[in-house]
Amino acid sequence: MKKIEAIIRKSKFRDVKKALVDNDITNFSYWLVRDVGETSEKRVYRGVEYEPSANERICVTFIIKDDQTDVLNLFTESGITGDTDSRVIIYDVNDVYKLVTRDGKDIAIKKM
Amino acid sequence: METISIDTLWILIAAVLVMLMQAGFAMVETGFTRAKNSNNILMKNLIDFSMGSLIFYIVGYTLMFGTDLGGLIGKPQFFVDDNGVDGIANKASLIFQTVFAATAATIVSGAVAERTKFSSYIIFTILITAVIYPISGHWIWGGGWLANLSTPFHDFAGSTVVHSVGAWVGLAGAIVLGPRIGKYGKDGKVNVIPGHNLNYGALGVFILWFGWFGFNGGSQLAMAGEDNAVAVSSIFLNTNLAAAAGAMAAMAVTWLRHKKPGLSLSLNGALAGLVAITAGCDIVTPAGSVMIGILAGIVLVFSVELIDKYFKIDDPVGAISVHGVNGALGTILVGLFATEGGLFYGGGYSLLISQFIGVLAVAGWAFSMGLVIFLSLKYTIGMRVTPKVEHIGLDLSEHGESAYN
Repeated sequence: MKKIEAIIRKSKFRDVKKALVDNDITNFSYWLVRDVGETSEKRVYRGVEYEPSANERICVTFIIKDDQTDVLNLFTESGITGDTDSRVIIYDVNDVYKLVTRDGKDIAIKKM
Repeated sequence: METISIDTLWILIAAVLVMLMQAGFAMVETGFTRAKNSNNILMKNLIDFSMGSLIFYIVGYTLMFGTDLGGLIGKPQFFVDDNGVDGIANKASLIFQTVFAATAATIVSGAVAERTKFSSYIIFTILITAVIYPISGHWIWGGGWLANLSTPFHDFAGSTVVHSVGAWVGLAGAIVLGPRIGKYGKDGKVNVIPGHNLNYGALGVFILWFGWFGFNGGSQLAMAGEDNAVAVSSIFLNTNLAAAAGAMAAMAVTWLRHKKPGLSLSLNGALAGLVAITAGCDIVTPAGSVMIGILAGIVLVFSVELIDKYFKIDDPVGAISVHGVNGALGTILVGLFATEGGLFYGGGYSLLISQFIGVLAVAGWAFSMGLVIFLSLKYTIGMRVTPKVEHIGLDLSEHGESAYN
């Protein structure tokens, strides 16, 4: 199994989500992250020019089986904006467990 | 015709309009500062209104409006309970003047925001409402020396009496306290500490604009009869025009200087127009009001930059520029634009000179008293929070609770 982490532009989130769903990846998580290091557009606040210290991005993450979908292809079609500020990281994963309550007890069921 | 009830009714309505301006100030101040200090800013606003109301009732009102003593102060009386009538019910006059005094007090909290000890702020609020505001107020509205100049000083609703007093005291505070940590870099670099929510800032400005109709209109202290009806209506119109012109002018300046129209300075521009028109809203023409508003909006943008970048005085909400610089400007412009006595209307220089005298006298009084109080507090119980408290945020450190959970 693989864990996929993709850091994409906020404006591309809807396209990426649609692409994931179209490719049968219906469960994923995402959170707002800040990227430090790339230059960003200057802003002005009350007469003082400044550069924001970080850029806002979205990190999408999900688990897939090894043979499922060409993930890179999925992202290149939906998540790219032409700038070099998006990336996909692929991790190897050992096990994934779902946490469930059954008969009043909390148990873990191995997924996938 | 019995006029007391109509006049009193209008004053009471105006008093609640001005009271709502406290909400306006609270929203502006919390919107233009950081989230971690919201609770603290709101506490300071709650307290300066509450404490101000009590202190002004206890002694401030009579110190300002009591029998004149030497042209300098009114004879103070304590805990006055006066159910008499003098044109309007005396208690209506008291409550109306109270909300004005509270306006002056709350201007200061913006200039000293995000780094002032709450306990020191309470003490300071007592002193501004008990001493600083009533004494200079007496000179102008209480029958004191500025009202008795050969050409009387003219400040109809309080550009100088209220707004500039608050601002110059705030200036003293901002100087004594020093800037927020991280505001200015070692090599003179000016850093930006953006407000956390300009939604609140905009809401605050609109509430202030709304309340200002009471602030200016109520200062007629009457409504009965055709003359008063016309006068108050004219004041409403002038007030609105100056605010609108101020907002547009400030927006235009930011658009030209920074390539984009900025919200926070445009909002401040509307307030600057309002502050500036306050002195002469009763004796200028609508066109004059527009001119005053435009000048106020332009001056506002440059004043904010000058104070921040050149003088390196940290004023998180622009209170000094909005209320001080434009309070002075609006008062002086009365000497030009007043239809009776203004330079542009053939009145010569005497009114203009009186305006300068009043503006400078009150500025000197408010600023020096502010310095005395802030320096005394600094070297006794301390004015400023510790750096650690400032980093964590005043909400948790000073109040043990947060505005955001």
